[in-house]
Amino acid sequence: MTISLSQIYFITRSNYLLFPLFSGGFKRLETVIFYVFAALCVAGALLVITHKNPVSSALSLVLTLFSTAVLFVLLQAHFVAVIQVLVYAGAIMVLFLFTVMFLNLTPEALKFDSRNMAFKGSLLLAVLLFVGYFAARGFQETFSHTLAIPSVSENFGTTEGVGKLLFTDYLLPFELTSILIVAAIIGVVAIAKRRES
Amino acid sequence: MGVSVEHYFVLSAILFVIGAYGVIARKNLLIVLMSLELMLNAANLAFVAFSRALNDMTGQVFMIMSITVAAAEVAVGLALVVAVYAHRESLDIDLLKMLKG
Repeated sequence: MTISLSQIYFITRSNYLLFPLFSGGFKRLETVIFYVFAALCVAGALLVITHKNPVSSALSLVLTLFSTAVLFVLLQAHFVAVIQVLVYAGAIMVLFLFTVMFLNLTPEALKFDSRNMAFKGSLLLAVLLFVGYFAARGFQETFSHTLAIPSVSENFGTTEGVGKLLFTDYLLPFELTSILIVAAIIGVVAIAKRRES
Repeated sequence: MGVSVEHYFVLSAILFVIGAYGVIARKNLLIVLMSLELMLNAANLAFVAFSRALNDMTGQVFMIMSITVAAAEVAVGLALVVAVYAHRESLDIDLLKMLKG
């Protein structure tokens, strides 16, 4: 059973004397949560690409992925938020950390990462942000009338709603992903196997 | 001042650009893979935000597919990392130029 936003609304309304932050009601609370977790997301992402040590980077990536899961809850996508925490922040990050431990990296093995590409990277960053800004502006002008957040249907984002879609309209892609995973497993075993030579 | 869907798109774009920077500027193979995850995660955020904006759960189904592909990609990528490290004893991507023509 997921906590719906109306329940959060009720909790915050009933406690608004204790928490002046929430006294603006649901809209204010949503805004505060969005900005806090968006900032955590960006901070985690910046830490990922600036740390020298891969273990620190992996743990910062967990911060970003978890904050994204919170944003998914804000977007009423409860099922994919749980999937995000289980698969991304859980399984994939454990895989990363396991590999780092398995490689047993020495400090000397991490010293090569000089920053001589930093200038080129910054230039690309600036260009991408510039282009992205104008793309977003054009997008906003084209679609702004359709993007007022609509009220959602009752089973939007629940396991039932997503599951029904997954097992009816998207059954073939869903089955094909299992073939993809089998292919990946076989490939991984073939690549990582120690060769006798 | 509520949060509109555009806020999520802007956040998604910022995360994507940070990830792209990591892929281009870093030389550690593991961190390049993590930056790739950041870019995929930004795309997932955009999928879910569009799903909310259009009141259509198809975006969330696509996001689940995308997570599956990301998991497969990470597994293969990390296997390659292990193989490269066993071979070269370093994770520097500049050492991998055997295929240079």
